[in-house]
Amino acid sequence: MDADGGYCLALETQESPMAWLGRFTALLLALFCVAPQAALADPAPTSWDQAVAQAKGETVYFNAWGGDPKINAFIAWAAGRLAADYGVTLHQVKLADTGEAVARVLAEKTAGRADGGSVDLIWINGANFAAMKRQGLLFGPFTPMLPNYRLVDAQGKPTTVVDFTVPVEGMEAPWGMAQIVFIYDTARVSDPPRSMAALLAWAEAHPGRFTYPAPPDFTGTTFLKQALYELSDDPARLAKPVDEVDFAAATAPLWAYLDKLNPLLWRHGEQFPASSEAMRQALDDGEIDIAFNFNPGEASSAIAQGLLPSTVRSYVFDRGSIANTHFLAIPFDANSKAGAMVVANFLMSAEAQAHKQDAAVWGDPTVLDVAALDPAGRKLFADLPQGIATLPPEKLGRTLPEPDPSWMTRLTDEWRRRYAK
Amino acid sequence: MAPALRQIEIPYLRRRGWLSLLPALTVALFLLPVLAGVIGTLLPALGFLPGLGERTFSLRPLRELLAAPELPGAVIATLVSGLLATLLAFLSAVGLAASLQGTRLFVWLGRLTVPLLAMPHAALAIGFAFLIAPSGWLVRLAVDLLGGGAPPDLPVPGDRLGLTLAAGLWLKETPFLLLAVFAGMNQLPVARFLDIARSLGYGPATAWLKVILPILYGQLRLPIYAVLAFSLSVVDMALILGPTTPPTLATLLLGWFDDPSLAKLLPAAAGGMLQLFLAVAAILLWRLAELGFARAAGPWLAGGRRGHRGGAGRRWGAAAALLLLFLASASMLALGLWSLARRWPFPAPLPIVWGLGNWQGAGPDLARALTTSLLLASTATAIAVVLSLGCLENERRHGLHPSARALWLIYLPLLIPQISFMFGTTTLLAWLGLEASLPALIWSHLLFVLPYVFLMLADPYRALDERYRRTGLCLGAGESRVFFAVTLPMLLRPILLAAAVGFSVSIALYLPTLFAGAGRYITLATEAVAANAGADRRLAGVYGFLQAALPLAGFAIALLLPRLVFRHRRGLLMARGRP
Repeated sequence: MDADGGYCLALETQESPMAWLGRFTALLLALFCVAPQAALADPAPTSWDQAVAQAKGETVYFNAWGGDPKINAFIAWAAGRLAADYGVTLHQVKLADTGEAVARVLAEKTAGRADGGSVDLIWINGANFAAMKRQGLLFGPFTPMLPNYRLVDAQGKPTTVVDFTVPVEGMEAPWGMAQIVFIYDTARVSDPPRSMAALLAWAEAHPGRFTYPAPPDFTGTTFLKQALYELSDDPARLAKPVDEVDFAAATAPLWAYLDKLNPLLWRHGEQFPASSEAMRQALDDGEIDIAFNFNPGEASSAIAQGLLPSTVRSYVFDRGSIANTHFLAIPFDANSKAGAMVVANFLMSAEAQAHKQDAAVWGDPTVLDVAALDPAGRKLFADLPQGIATLPPEKLGRTLPEPDPSWMTRLTDEWRRRYAK
Repeated sequence: MAPALRQIEIPYLRRRGWLSLLPALTVALFLLPVLAGVIGTLLPALGFLPGLGERTFSLRPLRELLAAPELPGAVIATLVSGLLATLLAFLSAVGLAASLQGTRLFVWLGRLTVPLLAMPHAALAIGFAFLIAPSGWLVRLAVDLLGGGAPPDLPVPGDRLGLTLAAGLWLKETPFLLLAVFAGMNQLPVARFLDIARSLGYGPATAWLKVILPILYGQLRLPIYAVLAFSLSVVDMALILGPTTPPTLATLLLGWFDDPSLAKLLPAAAGGMLQLFLAVAAILLWRLAELGFARAAGPWLAGGRRGHRGGAGRRWGAAAALLLLFLASASMLALGLWSLARRWPFPAPLPIVWGLGNWQGAGPDLARALTTSLLLASTATAIAVVLSLGCLENERRHGLHPSARALWLIYLPLLIPQISFMFGTTTLLAWLGLEASLPALIWSHLLFVLPYVFLMLADPYRALDERYRRTGLCLGAGESRVFFAVTLPMLLRPILLAAAVGFSVSIALYLPTLFAGAGRYITLATEAVAANAGADRRLAGVYGFLQAALPLAGFAIALLLPRLVFRHRRGLLMARGRP
């Protein structure tokens, strides 16, 4: 271009907008062809002090299911505290399904990534954890390095160290408890059924007024597990991998039960809600009378949010309810491992755990041993208001352990084969 | 001598140079990655995915796909909803044009098509679902007027055959085909043809069907195929309106791609290929039906039957048009009301507790989604407009005549189901180190924005009277001065309209945002779908309402800006600018 000056100049004045366009196109090309960031290697921290120092200024992409605004608001609150106290920017990547993040980490492994991954922290448990642990997609063990991990009630809450029968081994940090709790509208139902057998009888008397989320939604599969525990003659075998037992014999009572129950369900059991949230909406819309949730604080919190009428109350089944713990894990190629550790540690603090348990915030029960906390920590929990529809801890009844994760897949597959055709 | 020669040659080369590269660049930008994406999905479909340690080619993924218990039901729901929606949208667009042409309602419909078209899929589906659910708005209003107890136990939305989904798609796709009908009619001397036919005694609708439709159909073909491919593979609307047990094929596959055990990735890729096969098969089936229909219609076309005066047809057409407008606007109104409701339980006809809490509560996320949506939509649209204008200008300067094949190339991203190439494209982006980056996201939007912008611009650009430009050249202006001083101002209206369409396409995109943005970027579309999945209609109302409002604002600007700019140039306002 510069070779023949004079002519070029004359042409340039005439062509200048076009030349600008040309440069714009070149810029565009550059934009499309050049990777925007060369990933800065973040060495895996070997001590808590190193993690805190290294975390300053890091951005943590927290891949968490984003379907519930109150949970998102809690994470936004934590982000504010983390920015102020540690200089860590917490950024929630809202997932419709945790599997999305697992698939993404796998895609990065496929592409040969070992560092600079797009996922720093995942909200995870059960089958997702088992899959990631098995495939070597996780960083750790890291929880022994976190000071707040010592506050966790590993004795009283055994699900914090064994996730769906898979040993946690420090590869994920516990941050909340879950238990199946049934909810109903007292304005429409006076004496709700308290066992699987009673539920069937109730459904016969009230056809179309009960449903459960379609597996593989985890609340839906948990309903299957709950039913299996109650209907099975030997629940102990659920702790074994499904390949080691006679699956057909073990689950025959469940399918016999569902064959009777499903036609009595909402929309004749031909359609199922996609999630526990959709089921909650059906309860609010008056399309069903009884629902259930994995969070014992959900009913109170939904009432506080205006998502359920104030006449809704919770109860549990007499023979116990399936319970588990949910965790935080760091992928092997996380870009900000130190930052992710700082976030996990903060979310296990008495402050964050008490705030999270507040029904007005989220209502998610703590993983900590509250009695063993220092007086300030105990006061945080003692001062929490009890939600009107939340059962006090002593009324939550017996808990039932999660079966081996392999059951979830087999139960889901068999349910699909029978009822999702 | 040599220097003199150089002086003649170089400017010529330069002028030809980069502009003629634009079509190639355009093709490279969005066709090659699509094809690479298809291959990147085909390989795992054949069992090759090194990340999972799968390195041997086999038909196992296909066998696993075919063994999935949901597959037959999913394919049936996909075919029923997709084919029915396309057929209904086509019949509605043609029926409305045939029965209503020449009426005031038709003129109004013409004005409303573009805003109707701009309604984002997710927002429309959320509003429509609430409108027609057994505990939805219409039933609430009926219970309020007539009394009644619990909501009826009807399978809506989410019926097994996907009829509700088909209805939602009909609502969304009819305006698109109507726009294609309007665009095609603008290029034909419709009034003259119809006058002749009418003077021969043909009824108005018959005249339109016998004279205009056969000529017009060629231009409707690609839009119809795009509607067909889209309806068969739509994800966001299917998540909201479609069946659940089993879901439609594309929704089922999205679930498999996200399956925690990762064991379903290979069958999911095979499913992506099945989805592609279904789209191609449906297009071929439609083509066969076209041929059969054309043959069967021959005697009717030439038979000389004059048809009725069209009073009944007009009434049916008017009813259908009003139903379409009613459902669309009521769906939008429902979103607006929900966004301002604190509590709206069944069977209250209106919210019982109002408030601005939903908007305030959504605060930071809403701001982030809005910013990303605006940034993506305006960047992708700007690039698409520049590339389209460049390609069209290049075509004009070199006297190129676009072939039918070139049009197919432009339509390609609209004809290949998104789920069939987005997985492969994501792997490609990860390999380039571009996944979850803004450029990747802009590119994925450009893929779908560019065809619409180009198609909206092409006709007015090619129709611009060459004599204006020649006058400019004769007055001594260079090619580029003519481009900037004559062509662009004269085409301001169609350029802005094309930009508004491109903007609305980007605002509505769901699956490409999900894949290319790796979930790191939230937009109004992803948040509306997420809020719907979270079963909070109030929050879905906030995101849906805003998602629907933005494209409308874009069209308002596109319509008002020329009036402002040309307030002293009435001639330019009158100039042929309607697409």
